[in-house]
Amino acid sequence: MKPVLMCCSVSVDFDGFYALQGADLKVYPHEVRFLIGPNGAGKTTLLDVICGKTRASSGKVLFYSHDITDMPEHKIVQLGISRKFQSPSIFHQLTVWENMELALKQDRGLFAVLRAKMSEADRDMIITLLQRIELLDYADQKAGSLSHGQKQWLEIGMQLIQFPQLLLLDEPIAGMSAAERERTGELIHEIARDCAVVIVEHDMDFVRRFSKQVTVMHEGKVLCEGTMEDIQQNEKVVEIYLGREEKAC
Amino acid sequence: MIKKNWMYWLFFLALFLAPFYLTEFRLSLLGKFLCFAMIAIGISLIWGYTGILSLGHGVYFGLGAYCMAMYLKLEASGGRLPDFMEWSGVNKLPWFWKPFEQPVIAISSAIIVPVLLAMFLSYFTFRNRIKGVYFSLLSQAIVVVFVTLFIGKQEWTGGTNGLTNFSTVFGFSLSSPLTQIVLYLLTVVLLLSMFLFSRWLTRSRFGRVLVAIRDSENRVRFLGFNPTTYKVFVYSLSAAFAGIAGAMFVLQVGLISPAMMGIIPSIEMVLWVAVGGRSSLIGAIIGAIVTNGAKSFFSENYPDIWLLFLGGLFIAVVLFLPNGLTGVYQSVRQRKKQGEVRANEASSHVLQRVSRF
Repeated sequence: MKPVLMCCSVSVDFDGFYALQGADLKVYPHEVRFLIGPNGAGKTTLLDVICGKTRASSGKVLFYSHDITDMPEHKIVQLGISRKFQSPSIFHQLTVWENMELALKQDRGLFAVLRAKMSEADRDMIITLLQRIELLDYADQKAGSLSHGQKQWLEIGMQLIQFPQLLLLDEPIAGMSAAERERTGELIHEIARDCAVVIVEHDMDFVRRFSKQVTVMHEGKVLCEGTMEDIQQNEKVVEIYLGREEKAC
Repeated sequence: MIKKNWMYWLFFLALFLAPFYLTEFRLSLLGKFLCFAMIAIGISLIWGYTGILSLGHGVYFGLGAYCMAMYLKLEASGGRLPDFMEWSGVNKLPWFWKPFEQPVIAISSAIIVPVLLAMFLSYFTFRNRIKGVYFSLLSQAIVVVFVTLFIGKQEWTGGTNGLTNFSTVFGFSLSSPLTQIVLYLLTVVLLLSMFLFSRWLTRSRFGRVLVAIRDSENRVRFLGFNPTTYKVFVYSLSAAFAGIAGAMFVLQVGLISPAMMGIIPSIEMVLWVAVGGRSSLIGAIIGAIVTNGAKSFFSENYPDIWLLFLGGLFIAVVLFLPNGLTGVYQSVRQRKKQGEVRANEASSHVLQRVSRF
C-alpha cells in the first residue's frame, strides 16, 4: 500500500537548536497513528512541518506523490491535510454555525467567497456534523462561549467537514472530562474510516485504550514504532520515557 | 432587525432633507463631515472587522483630494499656468499635471491612485506577515513620507499652502448655493452606496472571513484561505473610500493642504471610528459626524479650551465606552429586552398561580 504521508529525514533548526534531527515517518491510509515522547521530543514540531507552519531546514515531506515541503499553508490544506492545534483555535466572535460555514470545503478564492451562497447540501452537511460532535443545539451561540471540551470538538468538526485525507490532531483531549475523552476516542476511530489520523498525545491511558500503532519520538528523532505492548517491552523507551513515568507514579 | 433598519432609513432621509432645514454654512459643514464618514466606513471595515489598525488613511484621503484639486486648479487657471507654479519659477506645466485637464481622468485617478498605493503597500507587508503595531507604524511612516514630499515639491503641489482658489467645476460656479447643494446630495448618495455595499460585504460569507482573520489569522490560513488576498482587498477598498472622500471634500471645502493629510488627521480618523463603535458601520458614520460636530461646537463656543473638551471626550470613550456609542445603544437595548423577558416570566408565574386557585 502506498503511504499517505512520508517524512524523510526532516530536520528543523531554530537558530542552532535542532527541534527535529532527521525524523522519519510513514503513515498509511485509514491508520490512526499516535506520536508520543517526552516534552521537547519534537512531536508538535513534526506536525508543524507537515502542515507548513514551520519550514524544514532539510529533508522532504511527501503527501502521496506531492512534495509539500515548501508549499504555502493554504495550498497544503487544499490538498487535503487538516490540522487541529493544541489550544483550541476557533473563531470566538463567530457563531458555531459560522465557524463550520467557513470550514466547508469550498473555493476559497476572494471572488468565489464574495458570491458564496449556502447550498442545501452544505446546510445538511453542517447539521450532520454538528450532530456528530454534539453541538447542534449550540449552532447559534458564539463559539467563544463554549466550554473548553466543546471548543476542542468544534475545532475537530471544522477539520472533519473538509473531508481531509490526513488529519493532524495535537492533544485533542486536553481539558476534557472522562466522558468527553471516551467519546473523542470513538470519534477518532470513526474518522479513520475515511482518512488517516496522526495524533500527538500525552495521556498514556488514552493512548493505551485507543492506539494500534504508536511512534515514539525522542530528541528530534523517531526512536521506535509498534503497538503499545511492543513499545512497553522496548528497553530504550522504558529508559527514556515510560520508565521515568512509572517511577514517578 | 426591522426596527433597526427603519432607523437607518430615517437617518439617511434626514441627511437627504438637510438642505431644507440647515443654513448654507451648516450644510457645508455637514457635507464635510459626511466626507469624513466615508473614510470612517473604510476604517471600520479594516480595523473593526478585520483587525488591522491603519494610522495612515490621511494619505489616501489626501491623494484623492489632490487628484480632484489638480483638475479644479487647472480649470480655475483657464489654460494658463497655475499661480503657485509661476511663483516658484516653473514655466511649463509638468507632464503629470497634463492629464488632469480631463475631468474623467481626474475623478478616476482620485480612486485609482490611492488604491494602487494601498495595494502596493499592503501586498508587501501582509505577504510578509507584518501585522499589529508594526503595520500601524509603517502606515504612519508612509504619512510622513508623503507629507514631506508634498511640502518639499512646492512647484508641483503648492507646498504648505496646498491647492486652493478654485472657481468652477465642470463650468458651474463652486460658490453658488445650488452647486453646493448638488454636491452635498451627491455626497449623501455616495455615502449611502458605500454604506450599503459595506453592509452587504460584512453580512456575506466574505464578512465572516474578515472577522475570522481578526479572531485567528492562523486558523483562517489552516482552513485553506489565503488571508493576504483578503486583507489586501479590504485595505485597498478602504483606500478607495478615503480617495472618494478626499475628492468630495475638495469640491465642498475648496482647499487641500498637506496638513489635512498628516499624522494628526490620520489618527483622528481612527478616533472617529472608536467613538462611534469600531465594528459597526453605522457607528462609524455617526462617530465621524458626532466627533466633528462636537469639535466645531466646542471651538465655536469655547475657543480657548475646546481642545480640552475634545481630549476629554476621547478619554471618556476609551475608558468607559470600549464599544463606542453603538455599544451603549446595544447594551441599553439588551437590558430592555432582558427586562421584558423577566416581566413576561413574572406575569406568566402570576397567571399560573392564579389558574391554580
